[in-house]
Amino acid sequence: MLDLVWLIPALPLAGFLFILLFGRKLGDPKAGYFATAMVGASFLVTVGVFLDLLSRGHDERSHVFTLFSWVPLGNGFSVDLAFLADPLSLTMCLFVTGIGSLIHLYAVGYMHGDPRFSKFFLYLNLFAFSMLMLVLGSNMLVTFLGWEGVGTCSYLLISFWHERDSAATAGKKAFITNRVGDWGFMMAMFFAFWAVGSLDYSVINGAAGGIAQSTATAIALFCFVGAAGKSAQLPLYLWLPDAMEGPTPVSALIHAATMVTAGVYLMVRINPVLAVSASYAGWIIAGIGAATALYAATVAVAQNDIKKVLAYSTVSQLGYMFLAVGSGAYIAAIFHMVTHAFFKALLFLGSGSVIHGMHHEQDMRRMGALRKLMPVTAITFIVGWLAIAGVPPFAGFWSKDEILLYAYDKSPVLYVVGLATALLTAYYMTRQVIMVFFGEARWHDAHEEHGAHGDFTPHESPKTMLAPLVVLAGLSIVGGVIQLPGWFWVPKGLQHKLEDWLEAVVPGEAHLSASAKDLSGILAFVAIAIALAGIAAAIAVYAKHRAKPIEPQILADAWGYDRLVSNFMGGPGRKAFEGVAWADANVVDGAVNGTGELVRAVAGKARLLQSGNVRTYAAAVGAGVVLLLVWFVVVRGIL
Amino acid sequence: MELFVFLVAGAMVLGGGVGVVVRSHPVHAALSLILTLFGVAVLFVAQEAHFLAAVQVIVYAGAIVVLFLFVIMLLGVDNTENLRIEPLKIQRPVAAVIGAGLVALLGMAIIASRDAKPPVVIPSEAVRDAALDPHNSNIKALARDVFGQHVLAFELTSVLLVIAVVATVMLARKPKPGEIGPLVGEGGAS
Amino acid sequence: MIVAFDLPVPTTTWYLLLSAVLFAIGTVGVMVRRNPLVLFMCIELMLNAVNLTFVALAKKLGDIGGQSTVFFVMVVAAAEVVVGLGIVVAILRRKPNATTDDMAELKG
Repeated sequence: MLDLVWLIPALPLAGFLFILLFGRKLGDPKAGYFATAMVGASFLVTVGVFLDLLSRGHDERSHVFTLFSWVPLGNGFSVDLAFLADPLSLTMCLFVTGIGSLIHLYAVGYMHGDPRFSKFFLYLNLFAFSMLMLVLGSNMLVTFLGWEGVGTCSYLLISFWHERDSAATAGKKAFITNRVGDWGFMMAMFFAFWAVGSLDYSVINGAAGGIAQSTATAIALFCFVGAAGKSAQLPLYLWLPDAMEGPTPVSALIHAATMVTAGVYLMVRINPVLAVSASYAGWIIAGIGAATALYAATVAVAQNDIKKVLAYSTVSQLGYMFLAVGSGAYIAAIFHMVTHAFFKALLFLGSGSVIHGMHHEQDMRRMGALRKLMPVTAITFIVGWLAIAGVPPFAGFWSKDEILLYAYDKSPVLYVVGLATALLTAYYMTRQVIMVFFGEARWHDAHEEHGAHGDFTPHESPKTMLAPLVVLAGLSIVGGVIQLPGWFWVPKGLQHKLEDWLEAVVPGEAHLSASAKDLSGILAFVAIAIALAGIAAAIAVYAKHRAKPIEPQILADAWGYDRLVSNFMGGPGRKAFEGVAWADANVVDGAVNGTGELVRAVAGKARLLQSGNVRTYAAAVGAGVVLLLVWFVVVRGIL
Repeated sequence: MELFVFLVAGAMVLGGGVGVVVRSHPVHAALSLILTLFGVAVLFVAQEAHFLAAVQVIVYAGAIVVLFLFVIMLLGVDNTENLRIEPLKIQRPVAAVIGAGLVALLGMAIIASRDAKPPVVIPSEAVRDAALDPHNSNIKALARDVFGQHVLAFELTSVLLVIAVVATVMLARKPKPGEIGPLVGEGGAS
Repeated sequence: MIVAFDLPVPTTTWYLLLSAVLFAIGTVGVMVRRNPLVLFMCIELMLNAVNLTFVALAKKLGDIGGQSTVFFVMVVAAAEVVVGLGIVVAILRRKPNATTDDMAELKG
């Protein structure tokens, strides 16, 4: 089964090609079911490969499958199109294909009636292919191929409804911001090749001990630049909130569960290099991660669009993952990545269900009391809420707790920041749940303004949309079981299963100090208390109306960051670009055109020699003869 | 004696040459040309090229210049060129420089090689025999050389002459009505 | 009267110098004159200068080949004059007062 690993990306690629040729004919909903089947089949192959790997011993879990020699340049730079099947990549593949197929199924219902239905699934399958190439690549170049591919698909899918100016702009913003990150990735590739002579992960990670510390730091930090672009960390996060312009399945798949995790995956993949780099690299990564987490959480408190809250929430949770990476807790980062994929996809799909049921109304201030009209959506959404808030036994608690533990071990400051973020997370998620599903129904007044629908009632979504919600809710409940901590009441056989599985891949994993281990129980209680406090505060403000809601405008504007960037790009940035453009038009083109002009001028003068007048020609011949004689006399020395 | 012949003939040659260049009337120029040709013929005799001297007078002076005069008369004698005006301003100074340069350089070359050792030429046997003839040694030797060593060139020149005649007839005849003449824009209508 | 001093005998060098001067005169004429017929005559001057050179050197080197060269030069000069005058006639028939400066364009 292991050698079928190439099927994992091949199936979505086949789906893409098939829909490219026949999508129009298949139409709504057959194209959607076909695309879902392709990704679902890929998931089954992944499960098969996973079981195969699981059955082998610890040391035999890393296999490389080479398809063909991709860039056979020789001179040491020889890159193959090869897949690396090891625990890390299989973990990623599992949730990418698993959640991917669920979201494909959901999208069949969500996109029903859209005129470009089959095109949507075309892009979704292409995205699945790219993401799987990214994750399964055995060298940085194949990963980069997937990296660029998901960026492209992100652009295509965000601006799917491109008639809307805002959607087109958001797509461009995403692509351009990603590009800045891509530069970082490319620089990392150059450094890696220069240091080690190969782009293969096995070679790079194997030789990591021998790389000079400065080079390793450079590689790690440039990879982090790429990761910051792809995974929306400060300062390159600003595309993610705008990316909510895309259809909700896109937001769920790309901007919650898969693409944004590519950055975390990359950092974990090169963890041996990160381990030998200077210590300030880890601090930078953890610091930026923590800062992003807190920053985004503060902004999410004041958002009124149901999807924007979740977008900032994603940025915040990704910040947690990078906090973990910076602290050396790679397994905790992967754990949180997996659980986050479950509950965030669930929350996004749930919000999509709400939007669908509210006839594309997205402002939470116009919702309320929907739990009776959309029971399944409400229940699954509540499960997701509890998971993200960090309430045990839901999945989010276990993963967040582990990150906080390692953060505490690294620095109490980081721990406090993480804790504050957890508080805010609980607060704004509770706020969202109350505003949407509880309270008074505020959607009557809204539709008096709209007029067209008259008396409308929100309704529950079709079964194809509800089924994935239920599955994800189930996973959010039990997901924590893959990495249960070493507490006394947890059966030994169930502890640290993920750590066991990933051990071979993360040799750079940090080890908890003894003091942290002792405090782990207390820290867990603190985390639970904070979560409950956040929930209580939100209930007090929004449900019981005991206090006024604090939603200052500055938070809604994301601390003015977006405006800062636009002002910079519009002002000094624009001047710089215009200067470069001027240089290109005048200096570069000027040199080229100037050469042409020079030739013309010279030819224009030379043309005058051809007067057609016989006597001038005779004079020219005579002059030539005289010159020839001069040469003979002077040079050859007749005299 | 030889000096005297050389001086007179040289004067004829140079005088005629200057006359050709300077005289504005084309007929006067043709007559100056005849003077030059005679001078050259005399010099040929002084250099013991008797046959060539005769051919010079017969062909050059007697046929070619006559041809020139025919054409001048045919096309109208009023063709006097106004030598005072020169449309291309730099032409005369350039011509003067080139002429002076040529004289100077060629003169230098000639004088410098005055005492140079000439290459040894071994004439063919026929030519050597002909040179022994006391009366017609020059013409005999010349004939033996032309029809001996250079017979191919001789045949080719005869072909050349035929071609020249045919070409000239074609070029110079008036095109019949309806026919296109050899020059652009000529003919078509009568 | 007794000639008491030695009169110089013209050597080959004198002949060569003479022909060089004649050649230069012909060249100047070609460049200066505008009447096409006079132009041709100047070309004949140049050809004659060359002939004189050949003959002088034939005598000096004792090689009859120089004289046969002159022979051929004369033949070719004759042919050339014939064709050239034919062209001149054809041109001057259409433009009676044409000079070499007027014949500056390929067309008519």
